[in-house]
Amino acid sequence: MNAMTDRYETLLPLKAEARNLSFYYGNFQALKNINMPIYEKKVTSLIGPSGCGKSTYLRCFNRMHDLYPGNRYEGAIDFHPDHTDLLSKKVDPIEVRMRISMVFQKPNPFPKSIYENVAYGLRVRGENARSVIDDKVEAALRGAALWGEVKDRLKELGANLSGGQQQRLCIARALATDPELMLFDEPTSALDPIATASIEELITELKERVTILIVTHNMQQAARISDYTAYMYIGEMVEFGVTDQIFIKPKRKETEDYITGRFG
Amino acid sequence: MSEPSARLKKDLTRHVKERVIEAILFLAAFVSVFTTTAIVYILVSESWVFFQHVPLGDFLFDTQWTPLFDDAHYGIMVLLSGTITSSLVALLVAIPLGTIIAIYLSEFAPFAVREIAKPFLELLGGIPTIIYGYFALLFLTPLLQKVYPDLPGFNLLSAGIVMGIMIIPYVASLSEDAMRAVPMALREGSYATGATRLQTALWVVVPSAISGIASAYILGVSRAVGETMILAVAGGMQPNLTFNPAEPGATITSFIVQVALGDLPHGSIGYQTIFAAGLTLMLLTLVFNLIGYYMRKKYREAY
Ligand SMILES: Nc1ncnc2c1ncn2[C@@H]1O[C@H](COP(=O)(O)OP(=O)(O)OP(=O)(O)O)[C@@H](O)[C@H]1O
Ligand SMILES: [Mg+2]
Repeated sequence: MNAMTDRYETLLPLKAEARNLSFYYGNFQALKNINMPIYEKKVTSLIGPSGCGKSTYLRCFNRMHDLYPGNRYEGAIDFHPDHTDLLSKKVDPIEVRMRISMVFQKPNPFPKSIYENVAYGLRVRGENARSVIDDKVEAALRGAALWGEVKDRLKELGANLSGGQQQRLCIARALATDPELMLFDEPTSALDPIATASIEELITELKERVTILIVTHNMQQAARISDYTAYMYIGEMVEFGVTDQIFIKPKRKETEDYITGRFG
Repeated sequence: MSEPSARLKKDLTRHVKERVIEAILFLAAFVSVFTTTAIVYILVSESWVFFQHVPLGDFLFDTQWTPLFDDAHYGIMVLLSGTITSSLVALLVAIPLGTIIAIYLSEFAPFAVREIAKPFLELLGGIPTIIYGYFALLFLTPLLQKVYPDLPGFNLLSAGIVMGIMIIPYVASLSEDAMRAVPMALREGSYATGATRLQTALWVVVPSAISGIASAYILGVSRAVGETMILAVAGGMQPNLTFNPAEPGATITSFIVQVALGDLPHGSIGYQTIFAAGLTLMLLTLVFNLIGYYMRKKYREAY
C-alpha cells in the first residue's frame, strides 16, 4: 500500500500503521513524527526508558487522549482493513474503541460482579440477551485463562480476586467484545512472576485471534512474547524490527545500549 | 551517667509549647463532647419527667396531639406524620435533582461551568432557612394555588418542595465530591470498552461512588427531618395526623418552636412535651446516621 511495507521487507498484512504521528499535551510534544507498522495477528512490543512516550503512543490508537482537553494529534494512524485514519476528525472515537480494546497497567475492575465486569462491553453495545451474554462471558473468561478459577463465583465482586486474577479479568473484559486490536500498557508490571508468566502465555495464545500491541519495561518479556519490537526514546521511534533482530543485532547504537543496559 | 550533651538535651521551651498545644486541643475536643453529653442528659432526664405523667403507650399510639388543651393528648404520631410527609416531599425534590446536578457537574460540565456552579450551589446552601420559609408561603403557595385552588394557605406540600430546594445543594455537592473521587482509571476502563459518557457515569461512576452518594442522601434526610423555620412559617402549625401533603400540619420541630416561643410556664407538663418531642427527633436522626454509617461501611472502597 505504501513504501513502508517494503522497507521492512515483508508481505505480512498490516493491521494498522502510524504515519508521521506526532502528539501534543498542550504545548508539550510527547511524540515526534512516528512511523511504524502494526502487523496483523502479531505481537508488537514497545520498549524504551520511562517517560519516552510509550503509553502516549499506545493511547493514540484508541483515541484515549480525546478524553482530556488540550491534547492534539498530528499525522495519521491508518487502520485496516478499513483504510481509515483513526485520528481523523470524522472518525467517532467510540466506534474506534468498539474495535480496539485496552488493558491497563493497574488492574481496574469495576465495582461489579465478575460476570458483570466481563459483560460490560457487551452491555455497552446494547446486548441484552442473557444467553448470548452468558456464552460470551464464559468464552472470554476461558480466553483469559480465568474460567476455571471463577466459574463458581461469578456473582462475587471483581475486586475480591487477587491482583493477577484481576488483571486476567480485565483481559477478559477487553476480550469479550471480539476486538481486532488489543492494547496492553505494561499489563504485568504490578504482578508477581507467576501471574506474569500466565499473562505472557495468554498473550501468546491470543495472537491467533487478535493483533496485539504491548508496552513493556521488561526486556525479557518483549523478547519472549513479541514478534516485532520498537524502541522509543524521548518521543521518537528509534528502531523498529523483528524482535530477534532487535535483541541480537540492533541496527542502531542507542538501541543496543538500551538493551544491553549500558543506557544513560 | 553524665549529663546529656547540650545538643541532645531536652529542649524545655519546645516541651512546654507542645504541652500547651496538646491541652488546647484536648479542651476543644472536650467541650464538644461535653456539650453533646449534656444535651442528651437534659433531653433524657426531662423526658423522664414527662413520661412519669404520660404513659409511653399513649405517647406512641394516641392519634391526637393536644398537649395545650384541657383534654390533653400526647400522640407523637401526629407530629411524626407531619415530619415524614414534609420530608418525603422534600426528598422527592432533592434526591433526583441533586443527583442529576451532581452527575452533570462531575461527568459532563466543562471545567469553567463547574468552577462557577460549585460556589453558587454552596451559596444556595447558605441562605437562611427563614427566607426559604417566606418564599414558600408568599411565592410558591400562591403559585400552587393557581393549579390547585383548594390548597390551603398553609400546607406541607409547598413547605416540603422548598425544603427540597434548600437541600439540593447539600445532596448535589456531596454526591459530586463522591463521584469526583472515583479514580480516573475506572472511567478510562469504561471508555476503553466503547462506553459513552452517560453509560460511564451511570454504570461505573455512580456505582463506584455509591457509599458517598448514600451518605449525601442520609444527610439530606437529616436536614429534612430537622428543618424548622420553613415548616413553622409555611406549613401551618396545626397538629394533623395526615400523610396528605396538601394539608397543613405540624412537625416535631415546628411544634418545639411553637412551645418554646409561647408563654407556657416552665416545668408544666405542656412545656415538658418539647423534651419528649426533641428526644424523638434525636433518636430519629440517630437512626439515619446509623444507617449512613452502616452503608458507608458496607460499600466502602468499592474501588
Ligand atoms: N497528561 C499529560 N500531560 C502532560 N504531559 C504528559 C502527560 N502524560 C504524560 N506526559 C509526558 O509525556 C511524556 C511521555 O509520557 P508517557 O506516559 O507516554 O511515557 P511512558 O513511556 O509510558 O513512561 P513509563 O514507562 O514511565 O510509563 C513524558 O515526558 C510525560 O511527562
Ligand atoms: Mg507508561
